[in-house]
Order: sequence, then structure tokens, then C-alpha cells
Amino acid sequence: MSKLFDDRRKEMFRLKELRRRKGVAALEETTFTCPVCNKEHEKSALAKHYFVCDACEYHFPISARRRVKQLIDSKTFREHTGNLVSSDPIAFPGYEEKLEANRKKTGNSDAIITGVGNIDGNKTVLIVLDSTFMMGSMGCVVGEEFTRAVEYAMKQSLPIVCVSASGGARMQEGMFSLMQMAKTSAAIEKFSAMGGFYLSVLTHPTMGGVSASFAMLGDVILAEPGALIGFAGPRVIEQTIHEKLPGGFQRSEFQVEHGFVDSIVTRKNLKKTIGMLLLMHTRTKR
Amino acid sequence: MGKKIAAYDKVKLARDTARPKTEDFIKALFDDFIELRGDRLGKEDSGIIGGIAWFHGQCVTVIGHRKGRSMEENVKYNFGMPEPEGYRKALRLMKQAEKFGRPVITFIDTPGAYPGMEAEEHGQSIAIAEAIAGMSSLQVPVIAVITGEGNSGGALAIAVANSVLMFEHAVYSILSPEGFASILYKDASQSENACEAMKMTAADLYEFGMIDKIIREPADGMQSDWTAAFKETDKVLRKELAKYEGLTPLAVAKHRYHKFRRMDEKKIISRDM
Repeated sequence: MSKLFDDRRKEMFRLKELRRRKGVAALEETTFTCPVCNKEHEKSALAKHYFVCDACEYHFPISARRRVKQLIDSKTFREHTGNLVSSDPIAFPGYEEKLEANRKKTGNSDAIITGVGNIDGNKTVLIVLDSTFMMGSMGCVVGEEFTRAVEYAMKQSLPIVCVSASGGARMQEGMFSLMQMAKTSAAIEKFSAMGGFYLSVLTHPTMGGVSASFAMLGDVILAEPGALIGFAGPRVIEQTIHEKLPGGFQRSEFQVEHGFVDSIVTRKNLKKTIGMLLLMHTRTKR
Repeated sequence: MGKKIAAYDKVKLARDTARPKTEDFIKALFDDFIELRGDRLGKEDSGIIGGIAWFHGQCVTVIGHRKGRSMEENVKYNFGMPEPEGYRKALRLMKQAEKFGRPVITFIDTPGAYPGMEAEEHGQSIAIAEAIAGMSSLQVPVIAVITGEGNSGGALAIAVANSVLMFEHAVYSILSPEGFASILYKDASQSENACEAMKMTAADLYEFGMIDKIIREPADGMQSDWTAAFKETDKVLRKELAKYEGLTPLAVAKHRYHKFRRMDEKKIISRDM
């Protein structure tokens, strides 16, 4: 048994190191190697497999844009995001440049895409955080777009599906980022009191200020396999307790075991599962 | 600049062990405090203290971070870093306050929520998320007083208030300066430099509209004159509570919702405009 854990732990550390080195930049390449089993993939073939390694089920990180494409029925998505930008609220050195570089890199205005569309024929508000834009961190724009999407869902009596991928609050916006936790959570609380259905999907990673606010408030919470989900980052915890964390700590499987996630769903089955859950929560317009 | 105290020095003032703690405020400002313990799910986390007491003839619920003063107390209360159970207790007491129509007064003084293994295993994230969400819709007035350091979601989890008051030399920030420097500069020893950039002082936050009132302190901090600090806190608490007296429960909740909904509206640029 302990050998099993040791192997798992070794694999996790190797994986983490590889992720750190490769990052999401790998997605720009035409061929890439699975960090877990080393299998080489052609980009086009991998795209057909939802960016999941067909040999070992490793889920590659994907952009928010690709996520929308994977989940929404073709030609039904109406995007709501795109015209809000951060004002660099605490005038943080170097932040403007960083934002500009990320806008150029991703073609998005910030780390979130929201809109309305159909998932297997079920009309829903869809919110997707983008880990390719400053690690999906939440500043004013992410918080505001999220809240507006929730308000839209309230007005239209629509359900909400939110796919999180975020390192947490955006440090460069200081306390303004912290306040987004209150704004977004309050909006979900209100939406919930009105009887709205909120489905939260946690993907790698969902940490800090995002996991400690709207990401964990779902009526149903799903997670992709192997996603890191938690409040404090592994490095911070290790520094606090002065020991190495066991393999698999804070991963999706750990969260299910401890009762914080309803189910782990592979990317291939995600659309179908979401569609079924939406259908089960259909309501007539009030 | 002259008299202006640097952000890093404020952090030191805010963390000074001689500064009055939540327990001291409770003792000085309230009568007949009865401590209420436990999350009713299996644990009591004393890193948060809560209970009911009289405040000028009105029954109120009081909740705050508890750091303790001696080393022994610090360890017992985990230096004021709550575990999930602490936040679950806080939310339980707030819901109880709502049921009985009593205002909630919170005292914020924490390095942050505890980043430990057990805290993660017990759901630190969801405990904080639910405290924030639950607090946002409470139909009784909530007043938060930031007395020392208020860091991260661990502070916000009991600070979603109608009125947020802050001592002049207290600090309130997204993360501890050490954590911030560790994330952004990959070097915790850069924390002194991080403090200015983080905009964590009462003056900064008042300008941003994130706090409603600054409670003045002597240059060497309220630790030099506890009596004056308590007297001033008593005065502003009475004044703030009076503001919400005529409002219906729904209006109180609405007031708080809109406060946080609009807090950053001037900081977002719409390209349409």
C-alpha cells in the first residue's frame, strides 16, 4: 500500500515539474507530449480527444475559448464578455504591461468568458474562467463579468454553468480582488434564494479566492480528474507544516473522498453530464 | 510625508501583541458576554470567539478572531488563524442572530485562514465561501471593526458588513505581505517592499470606498491607550448601529448587497463608453 502511495507521489511531483516547465504554452505547438505517459500527440488528433491523452487519461489544460466550443451546441453561443477592462485599480507596478501581454496572447480582454447558449439543447448561462490569462486570476473584471452573468441568469430565469480554472484572487488588484469574493458570492446567494440552479465545474487548478467563493457554492459540484482544488497552495501548506504533502493531496479525487465534490467527470463525458443535470433542473419561467 | 507612517511600520503596529485583542474589546465594550461555542458538526475552533452580550441595553451577537496574548494562548488559538470549523461556527451564530433579530458586531484580526492539511481536508474553501455568502444576505445589521491585521478570505469571511470600521494603524489586505511577496516576487523577504504596493492602510482603503470610517489612533498606536480606543470604538459603534435602526430587515440586507455590488464600479473601464 505504501509503495502505491510513493509511486503516486513520485508521479505527481514529476507531473508538477513538467507542468511548470511546459505550462499552457504547449497548446500553441502542433505536437506535444503527455507529461504523464510521454506519449506524443498530434494537435489535431488530440483536439478530437478533447485534449485528453488517450493512453493515460491525462487532461491537458485548455483555454476558455476551447472549453466553450467543447460544451456548447454549435452556433448557439452568444457571448456577453469583451468590453470590460481593468483600470489597474491600485496602480500596481508592471500590471498594465502584463495585462496587455495577456490580452495579446489570448485575444481576450480578461480571464473570463461568459455568454448564453445551449448544452445538448438546454439553454444556459455559461461562465468559463481562462487559466491561460494570468492563471485565471480574479480581479475586478472577472468578478464583474461573473456577477453580470448571474444577474442575467436571474432576469431570464436561466440556470448557470460555471467552469473554474483559476489560481485565485489577482494579487495585482489588491483589496479590489478580495472584494470580488464578496460580490460574486453574494450574487450566487441571491440567485440561489430565487430558486436558480447553479452547476459548478472545477478544473485544474481551482484555488484560493475563487475556490473560497463562487466555485464552491454550486448546487452540484463536478470536477475533472486530477485537478488541484483547495484554499491554500501546496507550497504554502508545506512551508507551514514543514513537511511534504502526500501524493494526490487536494486533487479532485481527494475532494470527492472528503465530501466536497459530487462527482468526477472526464472531459469527454462533461457535456453529456451537464446536459443531463440541466434537464433535471428545468423550470418554468416565473 | 513627514508624519506619515510607512505601510510596513503599520503592519508592525497592527501585529503588536500589546494591542488590544478581540477578547479585550469584548470585555470593555459589552456586558454579560456569554460565549457560544462549536460548529454543531463535530468541532470547536477557538481561533474565532463568538457569543451574545448587551451593548447599551441591546442584545447583540459578537464574533471575532482570537489570537490570544501569551505564547501559550497563541498556540491554543492558532495565532488567530481559523480552521473551517471556526467559520462554520461564525456563520451559525450569524444565522442565529438573524433569527432573533440582533445586530452582529465582528472584530477582525487575523494573519489569514489557517493553511494546514487538516483545514484543507475539512473544507477551508467551502467554509469561507459559505460564510461570505451567508453573511451577504443577513437581514440584521452587521458592523465589522478591523482592529489589527485583516488578511485574505480569512478576514473577509466575517467582514461582509453594512459598515466596515477600521483603526488608523490596522491593515486590511488580500494576503499577508509575506504571502504576497512569496507569490509575486517568489521571495517572502520582499514583504517590506510589498506593503506599499499592496495599498493596505486605512487611508488607502477609505479612499477606495472599502471602509466607511477610520477610528483615529495615537502615533504609537492604540496599544498606548486602551481606554481611549475603547471609548472611541463604543462611540462609533453606537453611531453606526443607529444608522440601521429605522430600516426593515430586507432593507438592511439590500443595503449590504449593494454596498459590495458597487464597491469597484469606478475601477472598471467599459470600452463602449
